[in-house]
Amino acid sequence: MEMLTYKILLCVIVFALSLGIAAYMTWGERKIAAILQDRVGPNRAGPLGLLQPLADGIKMFMKEEMIPGQSNKWLFILGPSFFMLTACMTGVVIPWGSGITVGDTVYPMQITDINIGLLYLLGVVSIGVYGIMIGGWASNNKYSLLGALRASSQMISYEVAMGLSLIALVMTTGTLNLGEIAAQQDAGWANVVYQPLGFLIFLVCAFAETNRAPFDLPECESELVGGYHTEYSSMKLGFFLFAEYINMFISSAVMATLYFGGYNFPFQHALGLEGNWLAVVQTAVLFLKISAFIFLFMWVRWTLPRFRYDQLMNLGWKVLLPLSLANIFITGIVMWLTGKLG
Amino acid sequence: MTTLTQRSKTVSVRKLSLSERLYLPAILKGMLITLGHVFKRKPTIKYPEEQREFAPVYRGQHVLKRDEAGAERCTACGLCAVACPAEAITMDSAERKKGEEHLYREEKYASIYEINMLRCIFCGLCEEACPKEAIFLTDRIVPSSFTRGEEIFGKDKLVETPDQPIDVSKRQEAGLAAFKKNKQHYHNRTFRDARPGVAAH
Repeated sequence: MEMLTYKILLCVIVFALSLGIAAYMTWGERKIAAILQDRVGPNRAGPLGLLQPLADGIKMFMKEEMIPGQSNKWLFILGPSFFMLTACMTGVVIPWGSGITVGDTVYPMQITDINIGLLYLLGVVSIGVYGIMIGGWASNNKYSLLGALRASSQMISYEVAMGLSLIALVMTTGTLNLGEIAAQQDAGWANVVYQPLGFLIFLVCAFAETNRAPFDLPECESELVGGYHTEYSSMKLGFFLFAEYINMFISSAVMATLYFGGYNFPFQHALGLEGNWLAVVQTAVLFLKISAFIFLFMWVRWTLPRFRYDQLMNLGWKVLLPLSLANIFITGIVMWLTGKLG
Repeated sequence: MTTLTQRSKTVSVRKLSLSERLYLPAILKGMLITLGHVFKRKPTIKYPEEQREFAPVYRGQHVLKRDEAGAERCTACGLCAVACPAEAITMDSAERKKGEEHLYREEKYASIYEINMLRCIFCGLCEEACPKEAIFLTDRIVPSSFTRGEEIFGKDKLVETPDQPIDVSKRQEAGLAAFKKNKQHYHNRTFRDARPGVAAH
């Protein structure tokens, strides 16, 4: 019973945290964009413009709610809701820390430690595309439909390579359990040392899955107006944009957990920290890693131009897919040679 | 074939080399370039707090000056309106009544004096034309407004208040001052400094 209240509390904390971080990522995005372009960025709302996300949120709520007359109203509302829902669902399997001990019970910093965590993650991520598809289709607008088509074909194409790059990781770690994968990296090296190519493929696919530049074709402003969210306004548009930031936060957390040691950091046991204190520092380190990945996302966005659609498809099917297959093959051979195949 | 200019460039559609098709070297190069901009000085001037330094001859919002006793200098002669290339100035004149001597310097004054700030091109010809040293362009920026009507400035915004005189000396650099001193307006001269032969209108 006590555990249940703790889990519910943790759920609320993770939910609130991902929303809060997503809100401040919009601020960070604008600030980083400004800095990379020799500008100052938002600096009027509060010190350093820190109240800007709040102002943006109020603006979103105040805007007029538009539902196109020819659209399918229920699906039109369902689209952004679904996208937001799936974005928030992914956070539950990520181990945010090693666990806090109070008395005899260990409170794990992970909402649910299911043994198919990785599979769950991939499943929820691929459901996410339905939000975009439903939203784009229900708008009854050619631009929205094109955006939605692009989004779905792009996400399906890159999910293949993403899944295959994860298979190589599963081969080396021998588990689909995210908590276990994170714990394994305490003893040995971070997984990126064993799977550099796999990480690179996963990184590229993560950019494509979150619809970030240079793969932001679904919302391609220059040719599709706003892509799948052309017809959206007010907080429904806010949901689409917000969910994208949550997706970015979660994929940063996943990359940090899978390939960069999760909450572990080098020489953590040489610090002389005990139990709970170490756990707190570990969580802080995990969030540091996540911030680094988020910065990478933004840095890339403000550097690279958008891919052309045929280049996108070529890269997905002709480069990343064979590479990830080769990665599996090489991983298998190396494991066989080193006698790790049991 | 002879080309008209030397500027045309030949383009080729060669296949990309392997390193180019990998994208990654080019991406890293680009990312280093953007990273370099993090450490660059920002040219932004944060306007309300900081202000760009104005040139000494900057021509901004007009002011209608008063004389030393606090009476309005403008006599509604209309020369500024005639000189104005944008036709931004309109005025109406009235006769000074008895007991208003402390308000208006001459017998005639401008009862209405309006400048349309949307039409004004801030050329300063009104200032040049003025025989009474009444209108000057200052270093103040014309404030923005939500309606066009607000941009038509009447006497309430143009005439300086007696206790807060607007400093117009900044623009009066040597050349301009000399030009103004030698302005050949008959009515701008007192009997004493009128040179023989010039004031014989």
